[in-house]
Amino acid sequence: MKYVDEFRDPEQARKWLEKISALAKQVQAGKDRPLHIMEVCGGHTHTIFRYGIKQMLPPEIELVHGPGCPVCVLPMGRVDDCLALAEHPEVILTTFGDAMRVPGSLKSLLQAKAEGADVRMVYSPTDALSIARKHPDKEVVFFALGFETTMPSTALTVLQAEEEGIKNFSLFCNHITIIPTIKAILDSPDLQLDGFLGPGHVSMIIGQHPYLFIADEHKKPLVIAGFEPLDILQSIWMILNQLKEQRHEIENQYGRVVQVEGNHNALEAIEKVFELREFFEWRGLGSIERSGVRVREGYALYDAERKFSIPNLKIADPKSCQCGEVLRGTLKPKDCKVFGTTCTPETPLGALMVSTEGACAAYYSYGRMDSFESKRETTT
Amino acid sequence: MCLGIPGKIVEITNAENKLALVDVAGVKREVNIVCIVDDEHPPESCLGDWVLIHVGFAMTRINEEEAARTLELLHELGELQEEFQAMKNSEKENP
Ligand code: SF4
Repeated sequence: MKYVDEFRDPEQARKWLEKISALAKQVQAGKDRPLHIMEVCGGHTHTIFRYGIKQMLPPEIELVHGPGCPVCVLPMGRVDDCLALAEHPEVILTTFGDAMRVPGSLKSLLQAKAEGADVRMVYSPTDALSIARKHPDKEVVFFALGFETTMPSTALTVLQAEEEGIKNFSLFCNHITIIPTIKAILDSPDLQLDGFLGPGHVSMIIGQHPYLFIADEHKKPLVIAGFEPLDILQSIWMILNQLKEQRHEIENQYGRVVQVEGNHNALEAIEKVFELREFFEWRGLGSIERSGVRVREGYALYDAERKFSIPNLKIADPKSCQCGEVLRGTLKPKDCKVFGTTCTPETPLGALMVSTEGACAAYYSYGRMDSFESKRETTT
Repeated sequence: MCLGIPGKIVEITNAENKLALVDVAGVKREVNIVCIVDDEHPPESCLGDWVLIHVGFAMTRINEEEAARTLELLHELGELQEEFQAMKNSEKENP
C-alpha cells in the first residue's frame, strides 16, 4: 500500500481501506466473481488512477470505468461535421481545448487550425460569445459538448445572446445527458454491476432524484461521490454497506457540494433552451435513446444545425481501435491492440486517449498500475 | 473541463447581468454568477464568497476549506495547470 502515503490523511485512508476490506469479504462471499462498482464520471477515473486506488482495494472489488468523459464518447463523424462547418468562409468555430484534439476521420480540429481553418480554443462559451460580439460580420459557432455539468453554461450563453440581440452566434449542440446513459449501461447484457459511484458535479446540477430508478427498478445502490481520494474510499464503503444490509438507495457522500434538489437556476436554463433528441450516437456504445439534447425551435437562431446544412456523417472507428469495448467495460485499455504503440496521448487514435479523464490516457499516464496488475494476475 | 475550479469573488462587475470577477489562485477572470444568485443571495451579497467554477460559470458556493482542498487536489491531478492554460489560450484567441 505504498501509495497511501500520498494521501493528505494517510491514517484515514488506511482506516477506510481496512473497513472496506472487511466488508468486501463479507459481501462477496459466495459469489463467483468480484464485486463490480462502476465510476460513471471521468473525474473519478482520474483520481482513481492518480492515487492508485484500484490497486489498494482488496481483490473482492473491481472498479469498472464508465463512459462519463464527454470527449471520449464523441463519435468521429461529429468531428468531421465540425470540420465541414469550419470550412464555411464566414464561420469561426470555437470549442474547448480537449475537443480540439479528438481525431476525426482525417484530422482533428487542432490539425485543421494548423492548416489555416479559423478554429479557436475557448475556456468558456461566454468567450465564444464575446468573439461574436467583436466580429459581427462572422458567424461564431460554438461546438458545445459535455454532460449536465457544462449544459447550463451553454444554455445561459444562448439566453445572454438573445438578450443582447446578438444574431451571429450559434451552437453545434452535442450535449449529452447522464440518466439515459446509465440506463443503457444497466440494460446491457454483458455487464454485471453491483453498484455505482455517482458523478459529483453532474449531480450538483440535477440533484439526487433523477437517479431513483437505479435503486427502485434496478435495485442497485448509487452513492454520489466527491473527487478526493478519501471521498472515493468512503463512497465505496457506503456502497458495500448498502449491499451488506441489502439496501439499494441513492446516497450522497458529497453533501458539501451536491444539494438534493440540484441547482434550480441551472435546470431552468437547460429546460428553456434544450429539448431531448430521440436518439444520439455515442462512440463505442452506438445509438442511445433520448441521450442527447438539441436546441429548441424557439431558439432556432442559435442553432447551427438549423442555420447550416450539417453533413451528419456516420464514420466507423478505425478497425484497430477498440474504444467501444473499453467504454463498455469489457476490455482493459492495456489490452487494446494499439494501446501505447500507435495510440498515445500525443498521437491519439481513439478519443479515450485524448482527455486525462479518459480511461486509456489515465492508464497510460499512470502506467505503474499496469505492472502491478500483471503481477497480481501472474501470482494469483 | 468537468472538475471545475474554486475561486473567490472579489468584485461584482455587473450586477444586472450577474457578472463577477473571481480570483483563482491569483489568476483573475470574469465569470457568470447567475446560478448562485436568488432572492436570498442578491449579486451584491456574493462578494467574498468562494465558488466552484465550471467553464466560466460559478455553479455553487463552497466554504474556504473545501476550496483550498479542491485547489490542492486539482494541482496534484495536473488539472489546475490545464485550466489556467485554457483561460490563457482563450484570451489569446480573442484579441
Ligand atoms: S488505446 Fe486508443 S484505440 Fe485503443 S481503446 Fe484506447 S483510445 Fe481506443
